Amino acid sequence: MKSRLLAVFQASLFAGLLLLPGAPFGADDGGLATLRGAPIPSAVPESGDALRKAIETDPLERDFTQQPPLVTHAVDNYPVTRNFNKCLDCHSWENYRKEKATKVSQTHFQGADGQDLANISPRRYFCLQCHVPQVDAKPLIANTYERATSRQ
Amino acid sequence: MKLSTLLKTLLKTLLNLLLRWRKFVLTGVVAFAAGALGVVVFDTAMEQTNTEAFCISCHEMKNTVYSEYQGSLHYTNRSGMRATCPDCHVPKEFAPKMVAKIKASNDLLHNILGTIDTPAKFEARRPKMAQSEWRRMKANDSQECRNCHDADSFDYGVQSYRSVNQHTEGLASGQTCIDCHKGITHRLPQIDQGVGSLVETGLSQDLVRPPVTPKE
Repeated sequence: MKSRLLAVFQASLFAGLLLLPGAPFGADDGGLATLRGAPIPSAVPESGDALRKAIETDPLERDFTQQPPLVTHAVDNYPVTRNFNKCLDCHSWENYRKEKATKVSQTHFQGADGQDLANISPRRYFCLQCHVPQVDAKPLIANTYERATSRQ
Repeated sequence: MKLSTLLKTLLKTLLNLLLRWRKFVLTGVVAFAAGALGVVVFDTAMEQTNTEAFCISCHEMKNTVYSEYQGSLHYTNRSGMRATCPDCHVPKEFAPKMVAKIKASNDLLHNILGTIDTPAKFEARRPKMAQSEWRRMKANDSQECRNCHDADSFDYGVQSYRSVNQHTEGLASGQTCIDCHKGITHRLPQIDQGVGSLVETGLSQDLVRPPVTPKE
């Protein structure tokens, strides 16, 4: 009996040792690793409230002329689909006064061939392609970019 | 002594009556049992048709409105509270619930006819279906929204200033939830916002942005 218990103990110890180096559910890396096995620090979800506060502040300075202005509010659950554009619900020329919102720039009323249109051009329909919620994010790669002199 | 004789005679007459009317009594008991059983069966069956699993047992629902709902705040949110299909689409009160169920039996016909059995067909019919649901919710003052959300419990201190403005203005003018909150869980039908070809095919913008007329 005693020896059998010992054997079980040894076997489990051995199994534990086998699992140790690979440790798929390690404490720090959250089980994430690159294809070459380097651990990736676990992604701690950022608090939505903090992000929201960062977005809903005064507009950040623009860095270059003709930079699309940034969005100063969260845009989750604001759909821009083929059927409906939630942005235009407040920012169109029809609605901006009521919402005290910024109106869409006149430059967006030009068709693909330069002709003036009565309303926003379909090619300018997908607002979030250029206008994104602002956040004071660190550059992913260090660079030497400097603001245009007129904007300094 | 007197009391016991009185009781005895009373019991005897009761027994006699029971024996004389035993057919009727038996029928009554059976009828009651059958009725009770009927209520239980009816209620259980009704509950069965009031589950999400039942709703998405048709692919018409599963691949369209259900998958849209899965990306919405009523499916997943920070407090983990979920509203499923019947919470919004089936009234809780008995009579309106029966009306809804009888109306919904029409879906069986259209399931057989294949009215919306492809995404394209569904999209073509979306304006009609959406508007009929909006009409229903408007008529009952968005009762299904109000089953969980109570405007009197709004904490305007934690709402954004945009929400505060719209809620106070809208509620003061007698508007109801669905007047503005359309397409929050399912995709909207085409709305004419004056851009491109939607001008010809879309529904009026007033549907999602009703003009506010202050109450007198």
